[in-house]
Amino acid sequence: MTATPSRTPAARAPKLNLIGLEKTAYKGADSTLCNGCGHDSISSRIINAAWEMGLKQEKVVKFSGIGCSSKTPAYFLGMSHGFNSLHGRMPSVATGALVANRTLIGIGVSGDGDTASIGIGQFKHMVRRNVPMVYIVENNGVYGLTKGQFSATADQGQKLKYAGTNPYMPLDICLEALAANATFVARSFAGDAKQLEALLKAAIAHKGLAVLDVISPCVTFNNHDESTKSYAFGKENETPLHDLSFVPSFEQIEIDEYDDETEVQLHDGSWLVLKKLDEHYDPTDKHLAYRTLEDARKQQKLLTGIFYIEPETPNFLDILQMTDTPLAHLGEAQTRPSRAALEKLMAEL
Amino acid sequence: MSVIVQEPQTEQVEQLIVNDFNINVATANGSGSQTSNNMLIRSLYKMGIPVTGKNLFPSNIQGLPTWYNIRLSKEGYLARRERVEIMICMNGATVAEDMESVVPGGIILYDDTLPIANHRKDVKYYPMPVRELVKAANLPYNLQRYIANMVYVGVAAYLLEIEMDEIKDALAWNFGGKTKPIELNWSMVTAAYEWAKTNLTNDQPYRVRRMTGFNEDTLLVDGNTASAMGAIFAGFTFAAWYPITPSTSIAEALADYAAKLRRDPETQKATYAIVQAEDELAAIGMVMGAGWAGARAMTATSGPGISLMAEFVGYGYFAEIPAVIWDVQRMGPSTGLPTRTSQGDLLAAHTLGHGDGRHPVLIPADPAECFEMAGTAFDLAERLQTPVFVLSDLDIGMNIWITRKFEYPEKPLDRGKVLSAEELAKFKDEHNGQRWGRYLDVDGDGIPYRTLPGTEHPAAAYFTRGTGHTEYATYSERPRDWENNMLRLLRKFETARKLVPAPVIDEAPGARIGIISMGSNHPAVIEARARLREQGIESSYLRVRALPINEDVRAFVEKYDTVYVVENNRDGQLYEILLVDLHEMGYKLVSVAKCDGLPLSARWITEQIAK
Repeated sequence: MTATPSRTPAARAPKLNLIGLEKTAYKGADSTLCNGCGHDSISSRIINAAWEMGLKQEKVVKFSGIGCSSKTPAYFLGMSHGFNSLHGRMPSVATGALVANRTLIGIGVSGDGDTASIGIGQFKHMVRRNVPMVYIVENNGVYGLTKGQFSATADQGQKLKYAGTNPYMPLDICLEALAANATFVARSFAGDAKQLEALLKAAIAHKGLAVLDVISPCVTFNNHDESTKSYAFGKENETPLHDLSFVPSFEQIEIDEYDDETEVQLHDGSWLVLKKLDEHYDPTDKHLAYRTLEDARKQQKLLTGIFYIEPETPNFLDILQMTDTPLAHLGEAQTRPSRAALEKLMAEL
Repeated sequence: MSVIVQEPQTEQVEQLIVNDFNINVATANGSGSQTSNNMLIRSLYKMGIPVTGKNLFPSNIQGLPTWYNIRLSKEGYLARRERVEIMICMNGATVAEDMESVVPGGIILYDDTLPIANHRKDVKYYPMPVRELVKAANLPYNLQRYIANMVYVGVAAYLLEIEMDEIKDALAWNFGGKTKPIELNWSMVTAAYEWAKTNLTNDQPYRVRRMTGFNEDTLLVDGNTASAMGAIFAGFTFAAWYPITPSTSIAEALADYAAKLRRDPETQKATYAIVQAEDELAAIGMVMGAGWAGARAMTATSGPGISLMAEFVGYGYFAEIPAVIWDVQRMGPSTGLPTRTSQGDLLAAHTLGHGDGRHPVLIPADPAECFEMAGTAFDLAERLQTPVFVLSDLDIGMNIWITRKFEYPEKPLDRGKVLSAEELAKFKDEHNGQRWGRYLDVDGDGIPYRTLPGTEHPAAAYFTRGTGHTEYATYSERPRDWENNMLRLLRKFETARKLVPAPVIDEAPGARIGIISMGSNHPAVIEARARLREQGIESSYLRVRALPINEDVRAFVEKYDTVYVVENNRDGQLYEILLVDLHEMGYKLVSVAKCDGLPLSARWITEQIAK
């Protein structure tokens, strides 16, 4: 019997990404949210996705409104600038910043109160403009920081300790986005790491506004079983439309072909591969997206996946026809017309 | 200034009154009278006559009464004047009171289909056969109403002897050289002129005569156009706005001029972006985002828009984000009098937001200052890293003014304390080992350094928030951190005091009283001082051009027994601010405040001071 060569456990080299960084380099400050909060899982998925895609953090800019969700940009990508704005006003701030510097990659984090209640107007207008950004709604159907009031996405008939029973039908963020002509509409569940990460990567690669409604249970105020925004409900009732894979532009597609598979190429050359569970689902069919979402809403079913995508629609920056140099970097030579131009203008008055 | 008026050369009427009277044109809103009125103003201006136009229009698209008041003043007084010598009546809805408003000895030109309710003996009536002249022109129905207003231009030109060549030039200018509308309008003006020549006896005393000495080196322009031009030459790169009278034409002029002047010469792509937002909240939000990311960002709005911007402006003060906010003031809260002027937003703009905070406010007095302050505002906003207001008003913004030519900005753009990646790398060495902190005051002027998103340095990023923060932009609820930050912001405000435009002071020898005023009141104050002088009252004058006030204002008040604070609002808002800043001399200050939606008149100011 020959002795098997013994392996001395050498210090394993840290795993580096495309741009030579360890995953820990993508972390932010420590979270101050409650233990087990769905939002923290989402932050981890963002860290993972950004690391795996090799995003340069200096080129990423984080936005948020107000609420538990909106605190989270402090907890990921610590080397990115962040703007924690006003309640419901993240879309306008992000719009201005991304127009000012067109080379930035925008990641916005909002909540259901921030987006569907106080911020529904700005949300829909940002969608309408197709500002290139990932718009994540960390959706738990409840106001956490003010301790447990219903939001506009709370289920009808839902009971909360202090707020009583909710008599209203919820707003569906994906339907609202579709109605506002969104070019990327998806839903996921904070507990579904694999799918959420694929969707995050696809959303980052999308050239327009990518709406990502992530059901993210509130462990403190809204985690009882009858809520569609609870862990138990999510785990039991999550029905993915498809198995998702995201293939970044720097990798070759090496996935086996299936009959029930659809590939969507995104603007930057990356691919979204959808292995259909429902063989009829075509994510470029808007009517189908409406019907699918409405059916799921009626059945109180947590349907996840990508509902709709238009990869090539011009985004807000295309429409504005600005110089390639970001507005923020233009100097006096580019932005102050000549003395002769002023004289001419005055002569025309 | 030497003023030369050419002597009248036509037939002599007893005691001609030359270049010194008011014309009031009464029409219905939306009837195209603005073109006719502009033709009158422009031709008078081109004849060298100091002239002012005040458009008193309703908040309405079509039908409600509107008046256009044209003042000619050979002495060069450009304030609104109440007396009306020449009334042009084109609107049946107001004709009775319009005819009554003329001073004895005045004249009335009226559409001859309108009734004369009360035949006054002390005025002269000149009927104008508007309907027949329009009919004779044989025009399509949709053009008739617009062309009808050219009738009074032709009749007034005959009676007042306005040079017809200047009217033709004004038409050509107005229609940008387009032959068809020029000819259409011109033929109506000449038809009316010829009719008047044949049918009217010019036995009235009012005449205009070409003159020199005043209009040279001036422009005829409205303040909103000037503001937009100023922003173009100040290197604005981002504007977001929401339509609201009377500020809308700033954004519109900005879009027009930028499309022509702000394209990359090679690619023809825009070196700016203008976004019509969904409301004022979004407009200021976009400006905050853009300013934070390094653009020269501005918005233009009026009172109700300012209210909606309150939360963001407070945020901008606290998170230290540059922004330029034009407030073209109108009257009142809510709808108020949306098409009437006011200086009622001074306190609101200066203190906007919740919690402690004061914002620099620039106060232009005419279109030329709108042009200049557009640049000053950007420089200050970026230097001070804070929202800066420019308080124009409807009178400056929407009326056309004779104003001095715009000076090409000689000063380079001041982009403030922005660290590049290279500067950030050297920061510690250049600041005695002190590490960079977003809210750390290393220069003692209260102004920290900022980095822009996208700066390629691992330590460049920081988290901008409205919550309490340390000098290194980390979250903090510690009382000391909060207070230190607020005290530094106060230091920054004291720096602002030294940087904002200084007041303009004109001291009269022997004066015992002073007048402090601001903005569009300027022409009325100048004229009031002349009238006071005629009554033996010498006055010195300080025009505040910005808040916070500087030491010059204190020194001025110290010098005089009584200082009248003249402003166009009810509460005396400038007076209140001065009272706080100069409380130990408060007994010297007298508030002279009025709000009726109209620009102040010299007569009213004179009466308040001489009583």
